[in-house]
Amino acid sequence: MNLKRFFIKRKRDAELVREIEAHIAHEIDEYLARGLSSEEAHRQAYLKFGSPRRVREAEWEFNTLRFFDDLWRDFRYSARTLWRTPGFALVAVIVMALGIGANTAIFTVVRSVLLKPLPFKDPDRLIQLYEKSADNRHLYNYVAGGMYAAWKKQAPSIEQMGIYGTRSVNLSDNGGELPERVRYAGGSWDLFSTLGVAPEIGRFFTASEDSPQGAATVVLTHSLWERRYGSDRNILGKTIQLNSHPYTVIGVLPPSFSYPDPHIQIWTAIFHEEDPHQMPRADVHNYFVVARLRPGVSMAQALSEIDTSTKRVHMSHPTPFTANGANARTLLDGVVSEARTQLYILLSATTCILLISCLNVASLLVSRAASRRKEISIRASLGGSRLQLLREQVTESLVLAITAGALGLPLAWLGTHWLIHARPDLARVDTVHFDGAVLLFGLGMVVLSGVLAGLVPGFSFLRGPLLESLQESSRTNSSGSSMARLRKILLAVEVGFTVVLLTTAGLLLKSYQKLRSLDLGCETRNVLTMGFLLPDVQYDTPAKKSAFFSELLDRLHTLPGVKTAALATTLPGQGYGGDQSFTIPEHPAGAQVGLNAMMRAVDPGYFRAIGIPLLSGRAFEDRERLQAGQSSIIISQSLARQYFPNENPLGKHMRVTIQKEANYEIVGVVGDTLWSLTEPAGPTMYFPILSGPWWWSSIAVRSDQDAATLALPVQKLLAKLDPNLPVSDVLTMDQSIDKSTLDANFTSMLVLAFAIIALLLAAVGLYGVLSYLITQRTGEIGIRIALGAQRSAVVRLLLFDGLRPAWIGLVLGLVGSVFTVQFIRNMLYGTQPLDWTIFATVAALLLLVAATACAIPAWRASRLDPVQALRME
Amino acid sequence: MGRAKKPEDVEMLKGTLDMLILRTLVMGPAHGHTIAHVIEHTSENVLDVEQGSLYPALHRLEDRGWVSSYWGASENNRKAKFYELTAPGRRQLVAEAGRWRQIVEAIGRVMGESLD
Repeated sequence: MNLKRFFIKRKRDAELVREIEAHIAHEIDEYLARGLSSEEAHRQAYLKFGSPRRVREAEWEFNTLRFFDDLWRDFRYSARTLWRTPGFALVAVIVMALGIGANTAIFTVVRSVLLKPLPFKDPDRLIQLYEKSADNRHLYNYVAGGMYAAWKKQAPSIEQMGIYGTRSVNLSDNGGELPERVRYAGGSWDLFSTLGVAPEIGRFFTASEDSPQGAATVVLTHSLWERRYGSDRNILGKTIQLNSHPYTVIGVLPPSFSYPDPHIQIWTAIFHEEDPHQMPRADVHNYFVVARLRPGVSMAQALSEIDTSTKRVHMSHPTPFTANGANARTLLDGVVSEARTQLYILLSATTCILLISCLNVASLLVSRAASRRKEISIRASLGGSRLQLLREQVTESLVLAITAGALGLPLAWLGTHWLIHARPDLARVDTVHFDGAVLLFGLGMVVLSGVLAGLVPGFSFLRGPLLESLQESSRTNSSGSSMARLRKILLAVEVGFTVVLLTTAGLLLKSYQKLRSLDLGCETRNVLTMGFLLPDVQYDTPAKKSAFFSELLDRLHTLPGVKTAALATTLPGQGYGGDQSFTIPEHPAGAQVGLNAMMRAVDPGYFRAIGIPLLSGRAFEDRERLQAGQSSIIISQSLARQYFPNENPLGKHMRVTIQKEANYEIVGVVGDTLWSLTEPAGPTMYFPILSGPWWWSSIAVRSDQDAATLALPVQKLLAKLDPNLPVSDVLTMDQSIDKSTLDANFTSMLVLAFAIIALLLAAVGLYGVLSYLITQRTGEIGIRIALGAQRSAVVRLLLFDGLRPAWIGLVLGLVGSVFTVQFIRNMLYGTQPLDWTIFATVAALLLLVAATACAIPAWRASRLDPVQALRME
Repeated sequence: MGRAKKPEDVEMLKGTLDMLILRTLVMGPAHGHTIAHVIEHTSENVLDVEQGSLYPALHRLEDRGWVSSYWGASENNRKAKFYELTAPGRRQLVAEAGRWRQIVEAIGRVMGESLD
């Protein structure tokens, strides 16, 4: 009731005026009826009524709520004060809007990606299990099928367990129409029940379908069902083709299901898909295992059980490739582990910016409070309470913060959309939404920054004598010194944050530069790549596969614009590509345990075509096809160095199992290539791709100009050879490097942008404080100059004073950086967290900027005309 | 310029004005001017309502839901705001009248006079 009255009191007052008028009119009527003159009637009526104004005032007061009224008055007062200094208000608002916007945008992503539970039943009981590789290099390694089988039997604290693996496949309709390459996953029949997901329509695999003898079935993801089949419910029971084999569609997953990532489009039954000889082996690591804990059981307990189980398997199959330990983390951690560090770095950076902007606004308000000291003192002496002064200050910064929020929240919305767009590779990025909770967070930030920025300067009202400044004569030069001290402290903290941001940005940037300057070990400029695979239905013999590769190479070579063309099962920088163990017949058998190298199959012209140097021996020859190609092998330099130290590997043999175990003669040694930018080069074996057992390949074509223009001709050429052959990942080598360094690029650039903003703000702050100090000390400077002080001495004095917050902040920031950079340790490639060059550069840059910011007001002070300076008082 | 006060003027007892207004409205809706006059006339000019204070009192009563109001035409064809007793107002009047009577009786007993 009271609130309503409060808001409509103006309207009520107007109504009261009309009411009073009516009353007096009646009274006049009465007097006129009694025969009084019009004038007398008026007089008597007003006399009788008393003062209408007093009635209105009484009524007004009755309708007033003290608190709201005061607040409203403060608010208007603040708005008016800010309006009078638009420059100050604008800077403060923009800075804060940026802080609030950036912070809210990153929070939106963090919340959806890292904080929201996965869309499964009781997601906190879901964990992911891993092997620890025997050499402890891979803490969260793939799991072997044999290991999974053992865990399943020997982990009583796990309610249910499922296994899956991912691959690429050619998907087409029943007659082979509309071929496309998609990512697909093979999952065990109990995987979906472990996750606790129900199909949107249809059903999931049965145990009998999930076996080599079972019927071929697939479950579609919602997105594929929508995109390719127009959400047709009649898809159930229809047949589609994967690698030209027919599969029956039995179900569709719900739209929320995008596990393990949104690229997976189709699910098949894993034991139906995988090689039945490979699945039970404990030393072929290909899969991921998901488990549901029994209620009330801890992850540690389950881990100790599977660890024991792993060690038992290791004892019964003591090969170097059988894991000797297990690992576990929550399923969410498994999904977002890569995104986590990046996002937390960005969240910290944006929080830094918000804090810095609050400090900046606080500092500006302090300076304003200082210039209003006299006014404040007078108000205090006239009975204004300190709390009221504090409230006014907080209201003022709140007005700023609310305006900033009004600007910053739309900015956050834009920022979130930009983030989603810029980072399609981020885990769970498809779940990022700008919703009510985010809005609430943003509003929280607004209030928090408003109160924070207002309290700091406001607290100076709460302590110390308020009246002192009234006694301060203009000639005492200590005036406002406590305010200046407060500003210097704020500024030092601000500089500290800036330094932390700068060092972080510097390290990330250096790491990114290192990544980009890496040599893959081959030519990457003007190289176009794409992948394809040959279905074993049409290409059922080695001869057919070999013939296709050969024909393709010939045609590629004659394509206009193509300088060189090559085929390889895996190109440099495009993935691990699988490995194989081997032995060396020429070496003593006892010493050879755990010999293992990555493997690729390449065409005869491959090394020359993409510029991998042939160090000794020869490349494959054209005659090395089919049977003739199954006896020679080429090795990488690192393999030669590691396994043939101090001897010539040429002519030696390696015993490897490709289709069957056989001896291969080493005919050449080639330069190392990187399979991933962030991983060291590993020993690699090369086989001739024309020898027959290889059914997938990547094409690499080199051109003199932009290789991207070759994309269409090459695809057309492939389509002419086999119209049902879809290609994947059509990218230039540079694009694929861009893609794999996207996260490093993105994070370092964003943090750098934030660091530059912080640096600018710090410079503005330093400039402001020194300018203010100089205004305060004009008289003193005038006296000094009048008494004969050298102008250079004045500059030095002021510079020293102005730079103090900068170097204190610098020391604070460098010390802080030493600790904070430890958190980004695993984001850094080829860069130590305590890289002194970065620290030194940051220190130099900061001091340079600070000196520039301070030099301007200091120089201006040294030009002061002493006479005028002294007269100014 | 003071107001000429009649000697028999009685200061309106605080709080009784509300009751008097409610009582006046029992006869039917009325606007402020009428209410003031009815009180004055029925008290034979002993109770001289300070007309200004009538309006805050009326609005207070309206806020509490004891009277409701509407704009209408008065007897001499002027627009005026009319006040009307509501059901809760009627109950309030009964309660207040009862309390008033008790107080008057109590005062009477203390003063040693019978109230006839």
